[in-house]
Order: sequence, then C-alpha cells, then structure tokens
Amino acid sequence: MKHTISVLVENHAGVLARVAGLFARRAYNIDSLAVGVTADENVSRITIVADGDDYILEQILKQLNKLIDVIKVRSFSEKDLLTRELVLVKVNCTPAQRSELISIAKITEAKISDISVNTITLELSDYSNKIKTFEELLRPYGIREIVRTGTVAIQRGSASLTI
Amino acid sequence: MTVAKAMVECLRAEGVKHVFGYPGAAICPFYDELISSDIEHILVRHEVNAGHAASGYARVTGKAGVCIATSGPGALNLITAIATAYMDSIPIVAITGQVNSDQIGRDVFQEADITGSAEPFVKHSYIVKDPSAICDTIKKAFYIAETGRPGPVLIDVPMDVQLMETEFLYPEKVEIRSYKPTTEGNKLQIKRVADAILKADRPVICAGGGIFLSDAKEELSTLSHKCDIPVVNTMMGLSNMDMTDRLYFGMIGTHGVKPANHAVARCDLLILLGARMGDRAVVALKNNDDMTIIHIDIDPAEIGKNVNVNTPVVGDIKKILKQLIETVAEEKHTEWVNELDAIRKEKQPVPEAKSGTVCPKLFVEELNKHLPEDSIIVSDVGQNQIWTANNICITRGRFMTAGGMGTMGYSLPAAIGAKTALPERTVIAMCGDGALQMQFMELATAIQHGINVKLVVFVNTDLGMVRELQERIYGRETSVDLTGSPRFDIIAEAYGIKAENVTDISGAEKAIKDMLGSDKPYLLQVFVDREERTII
Repeated sequence: MKHTISVLVENHAGVLARVAGLFARRAYNIDSLAVGVTADENVSRITIVADGDDYILEQILKQLNKLIDVIKVRSFSEKDLLTRELVLVKVNCTPAQRSELISIAKITEAKISDISVNTITLELSDYSNKIKTFEELLRPYGIREIVRTGTVAIQRGSASLTI
Repeated sequence: MTVAKAMVECLRAEGVKHVFGYPGAAICPFYDELISSDIEHILVRHEVNAGHAASGYARVTGKAGVCIATSGPGALNLITAIATAYMDSIPIVAITGQVNSDQIGRDVFQEADITGSAEPFVKHSYIVKDPSAICDTIKKAFYIAETGRPGPVLIDVPMDVQLMETEFLYPEKVEIRSYKPTTEGNKLQIKRVADAILKADRPVICAGGGIFLSDAKEELSTLSHKCDIPVVNTMMGLSNMDMTDRLYFGMIGTHGVKPANHAVARCDLLILLGARMGDRAVVALKNNDDMTIIHIDIDPAEIGKNVNVNTPVVGDIKKILKQLIETVAEEKHTEWVNELDAIRKEKQPVPEAKSGTVCPKLFVEELNKHLPEDSIIVSDVGQNQIWTANNICITRGRFMTAGGMGTMGYSLPAAIGAKTALPERTVIAMCGDGALQMQFMELATAIQHGINVKLVVFVNTDLGMVRELQERIYGRETSVDLTGSPRFDIIAEAYGIKAENVTDISGAEKAIKDMLGSDKPYLLQVFVDREERTII
C-alpha cells in the first residue's frame, strides 16, 4: 500500500542523506521523494511516497522520528491530500502533428514550454495518475525524453503542517 | 582560545576524567591541548579498542565514554566500536580529526567521510566547520548520547578548524527542538499494566539492558517482590537482578536456560522491561493467544518491532516502575513460582572433562566462590559468552557483553574502560582464544597505564561457537581450527604479565585465588576440550 509521508527537517547539509540512508538500510521502499525549503528557511519539507503494509508504515514513522534532525513526521490518507507532480516531456512533433499535440495539451491542461522544428516540450503539473495518462497519450508520437519530479503534497482545507 | 583548547575545556566542563584514544596528524592540535589538561588519556593500541573502552567505561558509570581518533583509517577503525555501542544503546562521544576543511572531498591523505560512513551506527553526528559552534556541539553531543535511548554521537573536527580562534562558552543547557524524548509514562497505560498484573496468574518480567541505562535495578527488584513476579533476563539484562534471588530464573533465548524459557513460554502475562527482544531472545516466546504482552521502553520504535504487544508504555523505566510500584497491590503467585523453582532445581548432568581439560561450567562455578560480590565480569563473544552468562553468579556486581553486535575482541578493552572508571572493583574479562587474538595488543595498554584487569581465556584452539553452528546446520566444520596460535602464557610474559594455566578443575581454586590476589593484570588460561558445547 502506498503512503504519503511529510517530514519537516532542519535545513542542514546532510539531512537528506540521513533520511534516504534510513530507507535504504532498513529496506523500506521509496516510490518518490521530493524536498524543498519551507516558509521558514531553517526548515525543509521532504515528501516521501513509500510502499509497505501498516507495520512498515509504523516503523518508517517511528524510525524517522528518531533522527535528530527530523522535527515532525506525518502520514496522510489519500483523501486528505492534494498531491502534485511536475513532468516535462519532449515529444517528436512534425509540423503536421503540431495541432494534434496542441489539442492534447489543451485537453490535459498541459503547457507548451518549448518547441522546435521536429519536437515539442510539454509541461504538466498534476496528480500521479493524470500524469500517467498524459504520458500514454504522448507515447504514440515518440517520447524523446521525460523528466518527472517526486510527489509533493499538502493537506486539503485549512489544516496545515508546521513546526 | 583555539577550538582545540575549547574542546578540552568542554570535556572538562562535562566532567570527563578519562578519554581513550590514538593520535594522528589531523587530531594533533587537540592532543597538544589535552596533554596540558587534567584529563587522563589512555593510549590504546588500536582505535577500535578506544571505542570499546569508552563503552565499558559508559556501561559502569552511566556517563558517556569518550574516544578519540585521527582522520581516515583512525576514524574508520572506530566504526565497529561505534556500531557495537549503538546496538547496545551505550552512550559514547567519539571525537575524530578531519583533514583541513578546504581539502574535504579531494581524497587527500588520510581523508575519509567518517560522518557518512558511521551514519547507520550513530544516534547523531556532527562535522564542525564553524569554530564558534564547537562548545554548543559538544554539549549537544553529550546530551544526545546520554538522554532518551542512549547511543553513540560522533563529532568530526577538521584540523584547520581546531587551530582557529573561538570563545569558550560552555552552555549549561541545550534545547534541541527536534529531540524531546518521552520520559514520563502515560498514567492510563500504567494503570492498565497494574490491572494486567492483578489479573495474571502466571506473570513474568523479562528485564533487559534498559534497566541499567535507566538505573532501575532497585525498582525492578521492588516490583518483582511486591507482586511476587518471577524475573528472567535477556543477555543484555544479565545482573540487573540479584542472581541468587528466589524470584530470578536466568537468561532466555536460544542459548538461555530452561526455567527462563519455560517461564516465558508458559506465562499468561509477559512484561518486557527495557528489552528489545532481539531475534536470539524472541525464540523463547511461543504463540500463545491467552498471553498478554506489556512492553515498557523509552524508544517507541522498539515497541511492536519484534514482538506484537497488547499494552505499550513509552518512557523512562525507573520513573514508570516507581509509579507502578505505588499503583499495584501486594500479591502472591506461589504455585507459579514453585513450578519454575522445580525446573531450576532439576539436576543438570555435568559431563566429565577429558584429562588435561576443564569443564567450563565447573570453572565458572569455582570462580563464583571467590569473586568479590561487586565484581564486574565482561564476557566476549562465542562459547565463552554463553558459559559465562549461564553459570556466573552475580549479586551486586555487573555482567556486560557486546550482546547486540556480538563483536569479538570486546572484552579486554571494555574491561580496561570499566576498570579505569571504577579502579576499586575487580574487573575480569572472559574470552576465548579466538577473541584473545583480536585484542591482546591491549595488554600493553593495561600495563602502560597500570590498569589492573584480569583476563580469563578459555583455550580450545577452535572457534567453538562457529563450529557448533556448522556442525548443527552444515554437518561439518570448516575454517574454525586455530592451530598455529601461540602459547598465550608466553605472550603474556612478553608483556610483563603473569600468566597461569588451568588444566584440571582441581587446580582452579588456587589459580583463581592467585589471580584475584594479584595487584597487577593477570592472565589465566583455562584449557577446555573442543567437544564442549553451549547447546547440549
């Protein structure tokens, strides 16, 4: 089962290595990991999507909590979260195919970020499944390159995670 | 003053009297200041033993032991000791020199990423690049090492930083917003524990190393007696209860004793106290639906990790036990205690030792007769550990071993650390001839610093524990024969240490008395038949 975990950490060098190392040495599976500074520049927020049963999730939360640089750890159920990934896709695109690809971009609310004689680069920010569908739609044209970020997540409604 | 001098002043302010270490280029600025302080430096002969000595020191004092090494290989040699301390939750502060900060990452001479390498085995680590951070960092290191679930903390200081100027200002207190261990037990949970004790017909307490870390020996005994609850130990917990107590039934696990394993298998209430129930201990547990399990530990991550638990209580054991003792009523479990007592009293056959050898069980029993009651026994790893653990009788003293990591070569340096901290106590390292050859360089340390430790070596020219396992599982032995080992009495003599041989149990009494009566380090070789087993 997939779990989305938000971790507030001290914004020090080496903290990400500690968190990633913990997952590696205890054999927890990470699906994605994203990190960035928060409104407080001394604090970073790591969003981890991990796979495992309830026992593994409990262990992940407890072990993360034991890291001295970890200030707060929370896992959320999917329905409480707004999640986003960013993807950049460079697709083959002959001049004749341009209008087709532009209409795909319109339907999926992707942005046309770059264009060349024979390629087009589309950008989409959405939740994971939507990005998968987007990729499927583009595959027939020939994907040259695809770059994805990890999932970032924020609680729906007024609830917020701060130190 | 320089950072190096500030480091020494910080250690003094922390009350450190002894440090264990091995110098090298990158830590020389610190050593140059250490030498003019009142802190005694014990020069070990291999860095790993600085770590083990600090660990032995910490185990008997409850304060963090300090070990020091230089950059690169020196620091890397510390890792096994750091990992050993981590597994057993022992507070140590390891200080390492690092190459100059502008050279870090360039693979210069004796450079190693020690904070990175040691990361899986430390509670926390620091690399100090800002000279003004040194005092705060050292204070935090001791605070983290000694509080909550204790453990090793590493401080890596580049050589150029050691030479920079800073102000010495040792903070009285530190606040770490992300580190707030729970020490007070939840009242409702404690009430649940008391209710479970009241309901139980066959309760048992399994007490681990956490009892020492929390200084809760007295409370353990009080609770056990007030509610008439039998006590068993994990290996890390050995000697946290007077072994002659009528309610004490020995060590559980694969290498444990029958009454203890029976108690854990048959009980209807199991109270785990500061025991993480490692894989070698947990085998004693049978799946038993009507057994209630209570786990009391300061580390919430240990609760539910290896054993499913009905009632968890997170907090400091001493505090929780005190509350519990006030909450519970006096009880009697006479039938249950008698059941275990009958198993304890079953006669164990003692095999005849072959000529020229000594039965290890009988030797340890003989040793028990002569030990001062507050003796400290440090066992190594292997057959010697099991023979010692299951036959030693400790009342007010202390047993210690590298229970979690099972690090060979632990006993002598740890004994040196313990004896340094408590020079008035008898300290005996017990090891096999395999482990001895991983640590006998430390005999020089004992001689040089006048540390009067005793060393009992069970000699069977074999890696006996591995051989037992090979025979059991693979049906044959391989690479365990230690033929070619030297005569250890002559080695000892070369170090200026008196050595005696025991080849027959009839000679044990005199040899033990001579050893204990000597005011110098002493080596006793006890010849054991290679057929002697730990699991019969």
